[in-house]
Amino acid sequence: MSNICFHCGDECTNTKIKHEEKLFCCNGCKTVYEIFSENDLNCYYDLEQNPGATPLDINGKYDYLDKAEIVEKLIDFQEDNTEVVTLSIPHIHCSSCIWILENLHKLNKDIVSSQVDFPKKKVTVSYKTYDFSLKLLVELMSKIGYEPYISLENYGQSKEALDRSLVYKIGVAGFAFGNVMFLSFPEYFEVSEYWLEQYKPVFRWLMFFFSLPVVFYAGQGYFKSAIKGLRSGILNIDIPIALGIAVLFIRSTVDIVFDFGSGFFDSLTGLVFFLLLGKIVQQKTYKFMSFERDYKSYFPIAVTKLNTNGKEENTQVYEIEKGDRLLIRNQELIPVDGILMSPSAEIDYSFVTGEAKLVKKVSGDKVFAGGKQSGSAVEIVAEKSVEQSYLTQLWSNDVFKKDYNPKFQSLIDKISKQFTFAVLSIAFIGLFFWLFYDASLALNVFTAVLIIACPCAIALATPFTMGNLLRIFGKQGFYLKNISVLEQMADLDVFVFDKTGTLTANTKSDISYSGLTLSEEDKRVLKNSFRNSNHPLSRELYAFLESQNIEDSETFEEHLGEGIVSSSNNHTYKLGSAKFVSDDFIDQNLKTAVHISKDKTYLGKFEFDTVYRQGLESLFESLDTNYKLIILSGDNEGEKPILTKMLPKTTQMFFNQKPDSKMRLIEKIQSENKNVAMIGDGLNDAGALKQADIGIAISENVNVFSPACDAIMDAKEFSKLDAYVSIAKKGINIIKMSFVFSFLYNVVGLYFALTGQLQPVIAAILMPLSSVSIVVFTTLATQNISKPIINSKSLKYD
Amino acid sequence: MNVIYGLLAISILVALVFFVLFIFSVKKGQFDDDYTPSVRMLFDDELVKENPKTQNKNSNNQQKQS
Repeated sequence: MSNICFHCGDECTNTKIKHEEKLFCCNGCKTVYEIFSENDLNCYYDLEQNPGATPLDINGKYDYLDKAEIVEKLIDFQEDNTEVVTLSIPHIHCSSCIWILENLHKLNKDIVSSQVDFPKKKVTVSYKTYDFSLKLLVELMSKIGYEPYISLENYGQSKEALDRSLVYKIGVAGFAFGNVMFLSFPEYFEVSEYWLEQYKPVFRWLMFFFSLPVVFYAGQGYFKSAIKGLRSGILNIDIPIALGIAVLFIRSTVDIVFDFGSGFFDSLTGLVFFLLLGKIVQQKTYKFMSFERDYKSYFPIAVTKLNTNGKEENTQVYEIEKGDRLLIRNQELIPVDGILMSPSAEIDYSFVTGEAKLVKKVSGDKVFAGGKQSGSAVEIVAEKSVEQSYLTQLWSNDVFKKDYNPKFQSLIDKISKQFTFAVLSIAFIGLFFWLFYDASLALNVFTAVLIIACPCAIALATPFTMGNLLRIFGKQGFYLKNISVLEQMADLDVFVFDKTGTLTANTKSDISYSGLTLSEEDKRVLKNSFRNSNHPLSRELYAFLESQNIEDSETFEEHLGEGIVSSSNNHTYKLGSAKFVSDDFIDQNLKTAVHISKDKTYLGKFEFDTVYRQGLESLFESLDTNYKLIILSGDNEGEKPILTKMLPKTTQMFFNQKPDSKMRLIEKIQSENKNVAMIGDGLNDAGALKQADIGIAISENVNVFSPACDAIMDAKEFSKLDAYVSIAKKGINIIKMSFVFSFLYNVVGLYFALTGQLQPVIAAILMPLSSVSIVVFTTLATQNISKPIINSKSLKYD
Repeated sequence: MNVIYGLLAISILVALVFFVLFIFSVKKGQFDDDYTPSVRMLFDDELVKENPKTQNKNSNNQQKQS
């Protein structure tokens, strides 16, 4: 039947384990299954198909959780042998995950309860500390494939209080709106009916009291923002809104005090309610991702330090001093710049550069913070502290301190100036006209203009259009921080791309063989040798070579960081670096390659070519017509010929760029009054992403790593970047059309207002009608313009 | 027609009760996570288990039926 692991859903390639008639891809997956079935937790597999993750080897990784002062900084609450901790778990993805994590207490009796917050991918666990601890909890969760992600960011972070004021405000406004509508309804139709005349004052004063909290609590944000705008000399859209609310309230109060009419309390509460609704809609947040990450979310909390007497001890990374000897185990991150003491190390700098190929270092070489050791444990001597390391220094730059773009002015800000000016002049013209014509109506007309022109529909157009697009983009895998990013996307001049990890896919490479023809016998030995090695290049080559009979070669020896020696049928094969394989052979090429020799004869080499993302050429071609394109790379010029051949001629390329020079280059383009989008991935792009008008981080796995930016894009959506940009532009057009719409409503309303015939019932019909029609129009229009990205997605699945 | 005062008072009281309940539920964090409870609700069958062996089978069957 299928070749799929019952636990994790991966294809079983190398090993197949049968257990209770189920297939597992590795022992780890089988163990998790056994743990669950022993504890009657088999439902895990009934809720979703293959929900699990392969547990990784965590031997010793969490030893630092033995230290009380570190644990103290991580947990939420501690009292009387009970501790509560909230852990972030990237693997949470389905209902089975929720179920198993909320049944943790069945795996260990000391766990009291656990609760999952799915959108945030977090679990809150409370447990007794008699014979249990945070370390045991983390190890238990890792054992069942739900390894928590604990980084330096979690260390001592203050738990920020949730801001729920908008929900309260909308509750208050909605409550008042409903009740006021119901109280004002009788007076819409029966003007001078006997009983109505009797109870009118009660109804009206009740409405007045209902509208008090709406004006002074729910609507206070608009007054604050209007005052702020006036102080800094900006006529923002909140000024006409605040003016509208104030005039509505004062005019209505005067109306009921002097018995002129029933007032506009219905329109007032409705207005505030709709406006707040717009605020909720535009506030789409992706709770499980963070757009504010810095190096702290990548770095570990503690590392193993070697004492003077050679004893291992866990140290918090901020306490590392120059001269400390540190032990970096397999897959551990190097937290500070240092010098390698062990004979050799292979370091994966993919966090930093996006390049997944291992970099080889030998004893005495400098190693930089941010690299991950791959292979056996190595020892380094710290040269600098965490904050002073080469990579982390980037964050002390000023660009990380400002969090908004002062240059950017949203569409609504641009028109609000003219709008406010127009409304005020119409109101005053009306006032003066009626002063001469019929002075008794003058104030009535003046206030009516301010009421009817209150830009409710205009204020709703942007949140609903952009909020909708934000949601549609998010469903496809393009996550934007907020709606102003979307507006800025429509107004770009330059696109700057990082090369490694952004234009290239860092998971795949193109392998080619050059040299003498390999016999069947050779291929078999190679395949088997690669099978036994854990080196990433061996894994790729193992997958690349056609399948052969699996048999263990007679002897197999792996020289870390150099290569493999294996012998079969009296032939000795050497596989690995050029130097390792043959003494007199010097490789001129800079490409990553694995060389092969058989009994000291050089056979050939496997070369790894970088693979560019699919659709790169057509994307650049389509962007080239409207935008200036630039490529920045931290690498050497090795790839330049290929790129020039592949991409439009106008594309500029800069190589050998350092993190801060990338940032300065963007600054330079911006000083020419250009709006720049930076598309990058690694931590070395963090400065450039932040400096650019919008920074888009490309990520293979959106749940985990991405540096601070304005938007996170799933790598598979990369080729559609041009489509997203053009949709953002169309979104702006929709907003403009909505403005025309609401302008038409205003013309009708102003006719009633200026002729002095504005009855509360007309305002109560016009205002919601304009708001609702704008909401309907923008929703339909955004669905329509985003068809290109949605269609191409469904095609992929067909 | 004085009954209208009573009716008004009652209607506003009822509305107020719901309003206060809403405020309290927001305060207790009920609206912070709007997804997980909808999934958790469906698990209730499995959570109560007195005899693990037999109950487990039952709940498995229920799962398949639903």
